[in-house]
Amino acid sequence: MVSQINTHAGYLDTILDRRQHNAHNLLQILIEAQEHYGYIHPDALDYLSEHLQLPRARIEGVAGFYSFLHLRPAGVYRVLFSDNIIDRMAGSLDLMAGMCSQLWVEPGKVSEDGQLCISTTSCTGMCDQGPAMLVNNLAINRLDASRVNAICELIREQVPVTAWPVSFFSIEDNIRRRDILLESHFISGSALNALIQRGTQQTLQEIKTSRLRGRGGAGFSTGAKWELCRAATGDQHYVVCNADEGEPGTFKDRVLLNNFADMVFEGMTLCARIVGAAKGFLYLRGEYRYLLDHLQAVLQHRRQLNLLGEAILGLDDFNFDIEIHLGAGAYICGEESALIESMEGKRGTPRNRPPFPVTNGYLDQPTVVNNVETFAAASLIGLRGGDWYAQIGTDTSSGTKILSVSGDCERPGLYEYPFGVSVCQVLSDCGAQDTQAVQISGPSGMCIAPDEFSRRIAFDDIPTAGAFMVFNRSRDMFEVARNFVHFFAHESCGFCTPCRVGTSLLSNMMDKLSHGHGSPYDFAEIEKLNVLLQSTSHCGLGHSACNPVLDTIARFRPAYEKRLAHKEFVPAFDLDHALSQARQMTGRDDTGAHLERSDV
Amino acid sequence: MSQNNTFTLDGKTVPFTDGQTIIQAAMAAGVYIPHLCFNPEFKPHGSCKLCTVKANGRQTSSCTQHPLPDMRVESDTPEINDERRALLQMLFVEGNHFCPSCEKSGNCQLQATAYELKMMSPHFDQFFPDRPLDASHPEYLLDYNRCILCSLCVRASIDVDGKNVFALSGRGIKSHLIVNAKSGRLADTDFSGDDKAAHVCPVGVILKKRVGFATPIGQRTFDEQPISATPHPTVKGA
Ligand SMILES: Cc1cc2nc3c(=O)[nH]c(=O)nc-3n(C[C@H](O)[C@H](O)[C@H](O)COP(=O)(O)O)c2cc1C
Ligand code: SF4
Ligand code: SF4
Ligand code: FES
Repeated sequence: MVSQINTHAGYLDTILDRRQHNAHNLLQILIEAQEHYGYIHPDALDYLSEHLQLPRARIEGVAGFYSFLHLRPAGVYRVLFSDNIIDRMAGSLDLMAGMCSQLWVEPGKVSEDGQLCISTTSCTGMCDQGPAMLVNNLAINRLDASRVNAICELIREQVPVTAWPVSFFSIEDNIRRRDILLESHFISGSALNALIQRGTQQTLQEIKTSRLRGRGGAGFSTGAKWELCRAATGDQHYVVCNADEGEPGTFKDRVLLNNFADMVFEGMTLCARIVGAAKGFLYLRGEYRYLLDHLQAVLQHRRQLNLLGEAILGLDDFNFDIEIHLGAGAYICGEESALIESMEGKRGTPRNRPPFPVTNGYLDQPTVVNNVETFAAASLIGLRGGDWYAQIGTDTSSGTKILSVSGDCERPGLYEYPFGVSVCQVLSDCGAQDTQAVQISGPSGMCIAPDEFSRRIAFDDIPTAGAFMVFNRSRDMFEVARNFVHFFAHESCGFCTPCRVGTSLLSNMMDKLSHGHGSPYDFAEIEKLNVLLQSTSHCGLGHSACNPVLDTIARFRPAYEKRLAHKEFVPAFDLDHALSQARQMTGRDDTGAHLERSDV
Repeated sequence: MSQNNTFTLDGKTVPFTDGQTIIQAAMAAGVYIPHLCFNPEFKPHGSCKLCTVKANGRQTSSCTQHPLPDMRVESDTPEINDERRALLQMLFVEGNHFCPSCEKSGNCQLQATAYELKMMSPHFDQFFPDRPLDASHPEYLLDYNRCILCSLCVRASIDVDGKNVFALSGRGIKSHLIVNAKSGRLADTDFSGDDKAAHVCPVGVILKKRVGFATPIGQRTFDEQPISATPHPTVKGA
C-alpha cells in the first residue's frame, strides 16, 4: 500500500529527528506534537505509528492516559484552573464561573468556535500564590477578578498567549525561612571536587554517615539505595530525579529547581559517579513546563564547566549527562515505577514490585530514583561531610526539611527547618491564626487538629514530603476531605480494581453526603472501603486514598454530622438532582422546577 | 536446590518450584484461589486483585507473588473472601452486567466467581456507564459493557498472535479498551476468529456472532460444576 502524503509529516519529522525516532521518547514526542498543533490529530497518530513502528492503539493508549494530551481539538486557548482546596479557598471557583459566563462557555466543553475550553486540573503547585491557572500549559497565578477580566479580553481579541503581558506569568519564590540548604551559596563543581579528593567509596560512606533519607515521602535511606544500585549488575545504570511534585500543596521542588538547579544536578552527578551511571534524567511535571528553558540553560552551563558530558573534571572514566523529560498531567507518575514507565514512553502504570528500580528500573537496568530535595541535600553532604549533616535534626531524621506552607496564614511559602520542629512553631512563623487543622504531606498524608500541634516533623512522628496546608476555623473540613477524595479519583491510574472503582465510589459517597443524603450507614461503608483499599490496592495512591476522610471523620465529626439529615440509609439516587439537567436545558431554576423537598 | 520448597496454604502443605507464583503452585496442587486477570497461559498482570491472599500476614496478589519456603499463606478465610466479594461487586457496578441476557452466562468467570463467593447483590450504587457496542466485524461482536479491563485480550494479541488488536486507553474510572484502528472499529483491524485473543475474554465482551446460546443455559461450563472445581477454565463453546 502506498502511504498517502500526510499533512502532519512536516512538524512530526522535526520532532522525530530531535527525539532520535526512539519509541521510548513517545511521551516527549506526543507533548511536542501537541505543542505544535494544539492537539494530536488522528493522522499524526498514523504517522507516528508508521515512523516509530509502534501499533497505533498503543500510541492512542498512551495519549489517552495523560490529562494534558488531547486526541480531539481542545481549543486554541486551553484554560485550566488549579483545583486544590487552597485555590478554592482563595476563590478559584467563583473566578472560573465568572470567566465561563463572560466568555459564554460551559466548564469542560470546547466552545462552538473551537477557540476556548475552560476546565479544572489537579493542584498546579502554586498554592502560595493562588488562585492559579494554566493557559496552554503555562502558569498564571494570583488570579483576581481584574486579572481574569484582562485574560477574557485577551482571549476575545484572540491575542496569542505568547503576546500576553509577561507580568501575568511571573512566579514568586516566597522563601521565608532558610537553613543549611536554602542559605547555601553553592559553587558549581565544589561537591564533585570534594568527591574526587575523598574518593568514590568514601563519598558513598559520607552519604550513609549523614543518615540522609528520601525527601519524596517514603523516607528510604539514600545511602542504602545508592549502594544497592552500585552493587546491581546491568549494562547501564541510570540516575533519575523525580520532579513530578504532584502531591497537592507541595511546591518546594519548583522553588529548588528555580534557584538551586545547579546543586540538584550536582547531586545527580555525585550519584552517577557512585553508582556508575552515564545517563540521568530529570522528570519534570508538565505544570512546570515554564522552568524548562532555565533548566536547559543550567545544564548547558554545567557542560561548559566540564561538570557534565565527557571526562568530567578531566577524569577519563567519568562520563555523565542529563536529559529532561516532561510529564503531562498525571500525579501517579510521581510513583517511581510509574515514572519509569512514563519515561519509557508508556502509560504511567505502577509496576509489580519487587523487583525494585535499584535493580530493574529504566529499560530494566539498575536505576536510582530520588526526589529533587534529596539530590540537593546530597550535594551539601558531598561538600561538607556526613558527620556535619548527621548532627542536624533528630535521631531518626537528620538534616533539614523544606515545607511548602499554604492556606490560612499571613506568609505562605517555603520554610526550611531542622527536623524535629513542632507544628505550632511552623504555625507561629507563618502567621497562622485561629487554626483548626493542618494537612501535612498532602492528601496522602495526615490531617491533625489543635491538640496535636505539639507534634513534630520527623520520620518517627509526622513524616512529610513537604506540604503543609493550614485551615482556620471558618473552613469546612468536610469540603477539604471531599476535594482530596475527588483528587484521588481523578488521578487513579485505573490499573487495579480497588482503587479504580473504590476512589470513584468514595467520591460519590462524599457527594451524596454533601447533597444531604447521608446517614451513619455511609460512615461504615467508608470504613469498609478504606480497609479494602489499604489491603488490596496495587500502589501507594490506593493505599492512602481514604486517609483524608478517615482523618477528618476522626477529628472533625461535626462537619460530617451536620450533613447527616437522615438516621436511616438513603439511596444515592436523588430525583430532584436528576432534574438538574432539565433545569439547565430550559434555563429554569424557580421553585416550580424543583421537586418539593421535606428537608428545606 | 533448596531443602524445603514448600509453603502452607490454609494449613495445607503446597510444594513449589523456582519461578512459580503462589497461585501457580496452588493450581498445581489442585487448590483454587479466585482470580480473573490471571490465566495460566499468560504473563501475570496483577490488576483485578481477586487473587489477594495473606502471605506471612501481609496482603498480596498471589498471581504475582512468589512463595518463600515455609511461608504461611491464607486464602480461604472469611476476611479475605469478604474483600474478594467487595472487589467483585465493584466490577459488577462499574460495567453493565445483565447476566440473564448475556450470551456468556454460564461460561463467564466473573459470574461463576460471584457464585463461588456467594455474592448476593451488587451492594454498591451502579455506575451505568455509556459504552456502545461494536458490531462492525462480520464474525465477532464487542460488547464493551462487560469489560473488566483484565487485559487478557491485549496480552493474547501481542504475546500469542503477534498482533496488536487491543490496547487500554484512558485513565482511572475512564480506562477503557480500544482497538487498533483509526475508525475505532474491530472490522478495520487485522483481528481474526482464529486469534488467541478471540478466545480469552473471561467475561462476555468478545463474542462470536450467530452462535448465540448454542449450548443452552443450564448446561454450560459453570452450570455443571463450580469454578473452583474447574481450575483451568477452558470455556466450552467459545
Ligand atoms: C502516588 C505516589 C506519588 C508520588 N509522587 C512523588 C513525587 O511527586 N515526587 C517524589 O519525589 N516522590 C513521589 N513519590 C515517591 C516515589 O515513589 C519515590 O519514593 C521517591 O521519588 C524516591 O525518592 P526519595 O527517596 O528521594 O524520596 C510518590 C509515590 C506515590 C505512591
Ligand atoms: S492503587 Fe490506584 S494508582 Fe495505584 S495501581 Fe491501583 S489504580 Fe493505579
Ligand atoms: S475485553 Fe475481555 S479480555 Fe479484554 S480486557 Fe476486557 S474483559 Fe479482559
Ligand atoms: S488474578 Fe491476581 S490480580 Fe488478577
